[in-house]
Amino acid sequence: MSEKTNDTMLTVDNLSKNFVKKLDLAGKIAQKLGSNIREEVVHAVDGVSLAIPKGSVVGLVGESGCGKSTLGRMIAGILRPTGGDITYKGVSITKMSGDEAARAALQIQMIFQDPFASLNPRMRVIDIIGEAPLTHGFTTAAEKDSYVCDVMKRVGLDPEYRRRYPHQFSGGQRQRIGIARALAVNPEFLVCDEAIAALDVSIQAQVINLFMDLREDLDLTYLFISHDLSVVKHISDRIVIMYLGRIVEISPTDELYADPNHPYTQALLNEVPQLEHRGRDYKPVEGEIPSPLDPPSGCHFHPRCPHATDRCATERPELREIAPTRWSACHLNDEA
Amino acid sequence: MSVKDTSPTLEVRNLQTHFFTKAGDAKAVDGVSFSVGKGEIMGLVGESGSGKSVTGFSIIGLVDPPGNVVGGEVLYNGKNLVGLPDEQMRQLRGNRIAMIFQDPMMTLNPVLRVDTQMVETILAHDPSVSKQDALARSRDALGRVGIPAPDERLRSYPHQFSGGMRQRVAIAIALLNKPDLIIADEPTTALDVTIQGQILYEAQKLCRETGTSMIWITHDLAVVAGLADSICVMYGGRVVEQGLINDVLDHPVHPYTRGLLGSVPGANSRGTRLYQIPGMAPSLLNLPQGCAFQARCPRADEACLVEPQITEPIAGRGVRCCHPHLNAEEEIGA
Ligand SMILES: Nc1ncnc2c1ncn2[C@@H]1O[C@H](COP(=O)(O)OP(=O)(O)O)[C@@H](O)[C@H]1O
Ligand SMILES: Nc1ncnc2c1ncn2[C@@H]1O[C@H](COP(=O)(O)OP(=O)(O)O)[C@@H](O)[C@H]1O
Ligand code: SF4
Ligand code: SF4
Ligand SMILES: [Mg+2]
Ligand SMILES: [Mg+2]
Repeated sequence: MSEKTNDTMLTVDNLSKNFVKKLDLAGKIAQKLGSNIREEVVHAVDGVSLAIPKGSVVGLVGESGCGKSTLGRMIAGILRPTGGDITYKGVSITKMSGDEAARAALQIQMIFQDPFASLNPRMRVIDIIGEAPLTHGFTTAAEKDSYVCDVMKRVGLDPEYRRRYPHQFSGGQRQRIGIARALAVNPEFLVCDEAIAALDVSIQAQVINLFMDLREDLDLTYLFISHDLSVVKHISDRIVIMYLGRIVEISPTDELYADPNHPYTQALLNEVPQLEHRGRDYKPVEGEIPSPLDPPSGCHFHPRCPHATDRCATERPELREIAPTRWSACHLNDEA
Repeated sequence: MSVKDTSPTLEVRNLQTHFFTKAGDAKAVDGVSFSVGKGEIMGLVGESGSGKSVTGFSIIGLVDPPGNVVGGEVLYNGKNLVGLPDEQMRQLRGNRIAMIFQDPMMTLNPVLRVDTQMVETILAHDPSVSKQDALARSRDALGRVGIPAPDERLRSYPHQFSGGMRQRVAIAIALLNKPDLIIADEPTTALDVTIQGQILYEAQKLCRETGTSMIWITHDLAVVAGLADSICVMYGGRVVEQGLINDVLDHPVHPYTRGLLGSVPGANSRGTRLYQIPGMAPSLLNLPQGCAFQARCPRADEACLVEPQITEPIAGRGVRCCHPHLNAEEEIGA
């Protein structure tokens, strides 16, 4: 699944991550007393595969809890997969030497939603941005100051402020500090996890523009995770839609919006508020996002799907190619 | 600048709410006026710190020290609520005017079961309702905001719900007594789009069926576009533009409204740079003399050093700007 070409930056093959929800004390006692209560397993990411072309922006969307952050963190090397494989520039991460793994870890950087939580409040900006490039030999102690100034200028921060602490900056500026910290080690690939979600509209626009400029200037590849479909639509070349730990559709952006294939994609796009869409008649949404602890059998979407058949309740639909560069995981495509 | 002039449910006139802090006096709401007619939904939009929540709190009398409503009137069915005795205000809040907060725990009592809270809310409004009927109505209300297994959920405590579910319970409680006025402060910001759609459906239905008026506070212009009849745009504690939703969104005349609309991704073609408003909102403690937007405004000149007043350069539109974009041909960002 997902074409692999020479231009592929990163591929993910049948990747999974389970979290075990440990029993609390009451649970353990109940178990000792013979109750059949057990540890619960969340299949946060459940056998997903995708390919990210070099230089592209891939948007990853889906409702909260569907596994976006977990997938992003595995790709960024922060979280160890339970199963499956990630291949970076042709080399499987499981087969990398120590050196190769360290290099990949630098080349793939992650940018988080909450810039404040991810910045050490007791460090000055010059050290937050300059620490990693110094450690990894991108600069020297003597040149660190000018190195940091350059990076700050690149993200639109005034180098005058490099001796300040994070709390002395606004939310938008703190996000720029987070971006500068990531860029300081010359990454090739950025995983942005809800990186603009906490920002005001006018500041969001500034940071989205910054991401697009950096892509041009530095030839970056992005995995752009967001719950905001209009933002993802604006900056992504292709979009990956997840539902309850699985990918349900992958498509180039324009095709996805023009002709969504998967019934879940269709439902999701329908709900997205749009400026041009005035005086809407809202409709009640059928069903509920099921618990990831106990996902529905077969196709996870079947209890909410208007097209569900008996087969949908028993058989997991595979993600397969429905047109060049388009994939969808729905049994309806078998009949076509 | 009222949109439906025939006896509005709510009329806010020159509201002023200030916070007297050690660092100085913050004019969080500084001369805000608008009205909301029966069954009308008004979108109150603006970026964080622009005074949206304080406007909402001021209307329902929930501004705490160091804040204080220092001027203006809040006319609810013609009656001024500013300075109303606490007990009367509490009566109104439980019954005729409801607020839905960004944080549902502002509505929910953590130590009471959901059914207890819902039945209490109904009986406070109408003590003649039987407990049985009150329970049945509570169950229906939960079902309508998309809570599965409402019978079971009625017997739960707030902490047994996920954040999104808790917000839906708070919304169900706010809608219980079919209030005349609902002030909803970013209630769906943390929710997923399909759940948001469900809640917008319930809110819209209530307004259409029972003539409830609503102020929907949000930073999300696209939500307001789909839901509201009218819109008020706030900046630095003041309303900078107000009018009917289609008029304002299709022909914004205030430079800030135009900048805001221009920077929404949906308004720009894919992959292009977004129009961006330079800089950031000024601190209320440090406002420039004259128009608060001048440091970011492409049209600013000496005239803007004098605080602009609200004018009506087009029928039905309120604008606080010396140089509004009255030429329909002008490009956004010009
Ligand atoms: N560290 C963890 N321990 C236990 N469960 C987790 C952990 N991280 C995530 N999960 C669970 O995995 C699922 C996917 O979470 P996440 O990847 O954060 O989703 P998203 O980013 O799409 O909102 C959720 O059900 C979440 O509760
Ligand atoms: N408790 C408070 N103490 C001091 N100032 C406050 C307080 N609450 C609000 N403010 C001031 O009021 C301004 C507007 O706040 P708010 O109405 O919450 O903004 P919004 O809801 O538009 O994000 C804030 O920028 C702040 O200066
Ligand atoms: S596989 Fe069946 S239930 Fe799932 S999306 Fe397709 S039609 Fe609907
Ligand atoms: S008054 Fe002047 S500075 Fe303010 S918005 Fe109008 S043109 Fe811009
Ligand atoms: Mg996440
Ligand atoms: Mg607020």
